[in-house]
Amino acid sequence: MDIVGVLADAMRTAVGPIAAAYAIAGIGLNLQFGYTGLLNFGHVAFMLVGAYGTAITVDDGGPLWLGILVGMGAAILLGLLFGLPTLRLRADYLAIVTIAAAEVLRIVVRGGGESSFTHGVFGIQRFANSFFDANPIPGGDYGIGRLSFTQRGLWVLAVGWSVVALTAVLVALIARSPWGRILRAIREDEDAARSLGKNTFVVKLQSLVVGGAIASLAGTLLAIDRQDVRPDTYLPIVTFAIYTMVILGGPATRLGPILGAIVYWFILQFTDSFLREAIDAGWIPTSIISADDIAPVRFALVGLGLMLLMIFRPQGMFGRREEVLIDGR
Amino acid sequence: MQARPRDGGHRLRLARLGLLALALVASASLGARTDADAQEGDTGTTTTAPTSGQQPAAESIRGRIRDEDRRPIEGVELAVRRGNRTIGEATTDGEGVWEVPVPSPGTYQVTIDTDSLSRGAELRDPDRATIDVDVGPEQNKGVIFPIGEPRTSGVQAGSRFFNLVGQGIRVGAVLAVASIGLSLIYGVTGFVNFSHGELVTWGALIAFYFSATVGGPEIPLPLATVLAMLFGGVLGFALERGLFGPLRHRRSGNVSLIVVSIGLGLLLRNVFQIVFGERPRPYSDYTVQENVEIGPFALPPKDFVIIGVSIVVLIGVGLLLQRSRIGTAMRAVADDRDLAAASGINVDRIILAVWIMGAGLAALGGVFQGISDRVIFDMGFALLLLMFAAVILGGLGTAYGAMVGGLLIGVVTEVSTYWIESKYKLAAALAVLILVVLVRPQGILGRAERVG
Repeated sequence: MDIVGVLADAMRTAVGPIAAAYAIAGIGLNLQFGYTGLLNFGHVAFMLVGAYGTAITVDDGGPLWLGILVGMGAAILLGLLFGLPTLRLRADYLAIVTIAAAEVLRIVVRGGGESSFTHGVFGIQRFANSFFDANPIPGGDYGIGRLSFTQRGLWVLAVGWSVVALTAVLVALIARSPWGRILRAIREDEDAARSLGKNTFVVKLQSLVVGGAIASLAGTLLAIDRQDVRPDTYLPIVTFAIYTMVILGGPATRLGPILGAIVYWFILQFTDSFLREAIDAGWIPTSIISADDIAPVRFALVGLGLMLLMIFRPQGMFGRREEVLIDGR
Repeated sequence: MQARPRDGGHRLRLARLGLLALALVASASLGARTDADAQEGDTGTTTTAPTSGQQPAAESIRGRIRDEDRRPIEGVELAVRRGNRTIGEATTDGEGVWEVPVPSPGTYQVTIDTDSLSRGAELRDPDRATIDVDVGPEQNKGVIFPIGEPRTSGVQAGSRFFNLVGQGIRVGAVLAVASIGLSLIYGVTGFVNFSHGELVTWGALIAFYFSATVGGPEIPLPLATVLAMLFGGVLGFALERGLFGPLRHRRSGNVSLIVVSIGLGLLLRNVFQIVFGERPRPYSDYTVQENVEIGPFALPPKDFVIIGVSIVVLIGVGLLLQRSRIGTAMRAVADDRDLAAASGINVDRIILAVWIMGAGLAALGGVFQGISDRVIFDMGFALLLLMFAAVILGGLGTAYGAMVGGLLIGVVTEVSTYWIESKYKLAAALAVLILVVLVRPQGILGRAERVG
């Protein structure tokens, strides 16, 4: 068993482009769930429209920057679509409608044939060449041993974490603005906020839309990193994973979603590599867990972690208990 | 699921490819075996030849034309097109086998020349002489043109509609049974259980263990169904007493309960996958049945039984709620928890009873779903969104709402495939859900109240 190698694997994933993308999505969700108290279970749909907006625009001959904007615009529309019917209702309705609408969207994108503009199950590939052509980093590998990135990986990583930093600053500024105080007021007691003359419906809608637009950037980053969009990347479990990260880090904190994403991916990749090595080394008999079971074991742990966090430590690692939505509505 | 580092993704893709190859080999050998049963033994090798011979040569579309008695038909002409361009043509050989290599993965149109069908054979479905085929990378895609008595189109259109309605009633009955618990638990506790789907899967899996596991008890399915309901009730009891009850007493809010139930569902679903495996499996009893006609509906007998039993169960639940002491108490708690508590009802006991009953019914729904389709580890999660649609359409919190909503959603989903492709049918049901939330959020039977 190469324990150093396993740790290096885990570390590489924890600072890798996927963790960066999930951190961005988490920052968006933190605005909606952490600060405003909205139960948006269709967060993955924002990532989907971000990714597809970019891929389709470039696929049809547009430049990459336009694609990113198109993805963001689509996410804003989607936020309005989610929010307008549900935000006047109880929190449960938003939860149900968003998870349902996200699935509808995935099914529709998936349903088109190869000739449709989403290319159905085949997806769209190789649309981000201009992004990689702009890579200023000289060729070669960077890092030590298994903890190293290629020139390409490092470029995605640098851009990804820069976007993380930008969005985190944006949300931090939002949170300390007067508008951010209304968000928290809505989370704590919506009736009180309304009785003070705040139009809570509009503010909740704005929060949903801004959070969604941020999440669309996460989808774009994931798509660019893979150079590949496929509908079945955007399953409901992605949303649940992002919830786990946000709660793990601490809802309604500035750095919570970022640290949550890093720790989440560290644990997940560590489990993955550790189990693989343990099975290879014969420590775990394949009759109990075989290599095929590793993915479900990981997700079962995510589920268990989400449950235990919410029950025993809803403020996560760095949150404050008073800031957390223990008593919902 | 793609949320993993790149090398993990490759491994997964490789594993999928391996599975695909395995499935191809399995289906090829299966085809060979049935063929050997029907005819001389040596045909077996010839049928597998196209698969193994063409395997390195990337993608192709292939198939075999046989008549109703499974005799191959020679000399049938087929053409493969993409848009207006003809990719290739083929004529079936002595074994009825044809194959057209295609240049790349994508969507192709396969047309059978009906004039070349000999011996008075005809397509079972004359409207489907051209079929759209999606070919994946390195796939030898099989296409089936069923040959047999053509259905006359006028009658067929009518009967197809009624068949869809019949199927819809079956789906709806299962949904109604399975979602009563979801709605009633919401009614008495105000909490939407996102792990309700796993209660459904649990029932199906328990029944599978007792009836269809090799080396297991192998008892008859009806008996196993009763056991599944009992075990469902036990799980409901355990969840209320061990998890959700204590959380409620801690005054945890709705939001944290929902997130906990999401985590629970994720945990259970993946544990099911580890224990039961990824592959869908049918029960050993009642797998394939000939349709029988009752009235305008032609369904397999098992579906009629499912509909019948569901109706009995729904009436039973209705009587229980309406006539019995505990049922009245359930409705009272759902109506106003504080008032019910003030009038001497032991609210916690009633909530526990609702959990046991709801989980038992969900388990029954799971067995039904497994019988009419197959048992798979995430079947309940697939049903969950339909159940949400059902309870919101009917009116969240009422048992009768779940019944009405379930039936309506079932019929809507199935009948929608009369006009739209069946891969979109879940979308149709969820579109209804979104529409209801827009127009009448309290549902058909719900009471209008300010909910925000």
